[in-house]
Amino acid sequence: QGLLRRSVSHSFPSFASVTGACQAIQKLTRVRVVDNSALGNTPYHRPPKCIHVYNKTGVGKVGDTILLAIKGEKKKALIVGHKMPGPHMTPRFDSNNVVLIEDNGNPVGTRIKTPIPYILRQREGEFSKVLAIARNFV
Amino acid sequence: RACSDGKPAKFQPPPKPVIIDKQKQREERRFLSPEFIPPRGRTDPLKFYIERKDMIQRRKVFNIPEFYVGHVLAVTTADPHANGKTNRFVGICIQRGGKGLGATFVLRNVIEDQGVEICYELYSPRIQAIEVLKLEKRLDDNLMYLRDALPEYSTFDVNMKPVSRLHHEDIPVNKLQVRMKPKPWSKRWERPKYNVKGIKFELPEEKMKEAQKWSQPWLEFDMLREYDTSKIEEKIWKEVSEELKK
Repeated sequence: QGLLRRSVSHSFPSFASVTGACQAIQKLTRVRVVDNSALGNTPYHRPPKCIHVYNKTGVGKVGDTILLAIKGEKKKALIVGHKMPGPHMTPRFDSNNVVLIEDNGNPVGTRIKTPIPYILRQREGEFSKVLAIARNFV
Repeated sequence: RACSDGKPAKFQPPPKPVIIDKQKQREERRFLSPEFIPPRGRTDPLKFYIERKDMIQRRKVFNIPEFYVGHVLAVTTADPHANGKTNRFVGICIQRGGKGLGATFVLRNVIEDQGVEICYELYSPRIQAIEVLKLEKRLDDNLMYLRDALPEYSTFDVNMKPVSRLHHEDIPVNKLQVRMKPKPWSKRWERPKYNVKGIKFELPEEKMKEAQKWSQPWLEFDMLREYDTSKIEEKIWKEVSEELKK
């Protein structure tokens, strides 16, 4: 469901050759939006792609903000899980998950069903509203 | 108790108690965790001896059960950011890696249609409890192909009750052949290098034959790669079991 390597997926058809995960999330990575916002869930012929990572290095890990291009619009988003293995005891997800966010940090959607890592709780100040709408934690 | 005749029942001696000598049976089934076996190399065995002493110290304080790849485990870790400070994760063990104190095992589960894998360190002080929920060996010792298999093979209920353990008997081998998602996969599991026995390949015959082109049949006869661990295991087993009994 929404996995990048399959040729049949509900939001976008991708028949071109697909790369696996090399670094975590950087420019031009296709991501999966996990909240229940309209922007994230309506199907479009192009998948949501990262166009900028707000980081000194261009690589985004869990808890970094990125700029996403969805449905021809630019939107900020928060990374909640990536395919690249991280430090031990932290979860590694099977897809690059992202939650849409406004400029002031308010989430666009109202519910997040997919599990979120507990490490985000460390930065409770910035992400309190996102953590409040999350249901499952891993 | 009166019998059918109406006369008092004949004295029947109580059934003989069956004495299961648990210590003997435990000795018959020896299991040495794979991280005790030192890797092949030129390092001083003193380093491994000191590491083993530390590992045994930790095992005396915290019980690490015997488990193999394919078991379903529930691990509770101490997490400062979780509610109640503890975090419980249930999953199937897909890989056991590392030697010595850095030994790790990867648990996989699919929660809400999202596959999650966590690599835990066996000897980390953050781990508070490891419970074996289901004892089941699989045909391979590396189940990484579950990432490319249909998600139903990796889903395990988080509130699963521990299946009752058949004591002192062999651990059952589950000969399940897993069905895969359509290609492309993260690794080409049909190639003989991975030696995967637990997948039901639904690929055409030509693809299977083409995959055999990459077979290296001389590898098993390569003498320079040989590493016979039987004698090392015997020594280490004696050492470890003596230390643990103290």
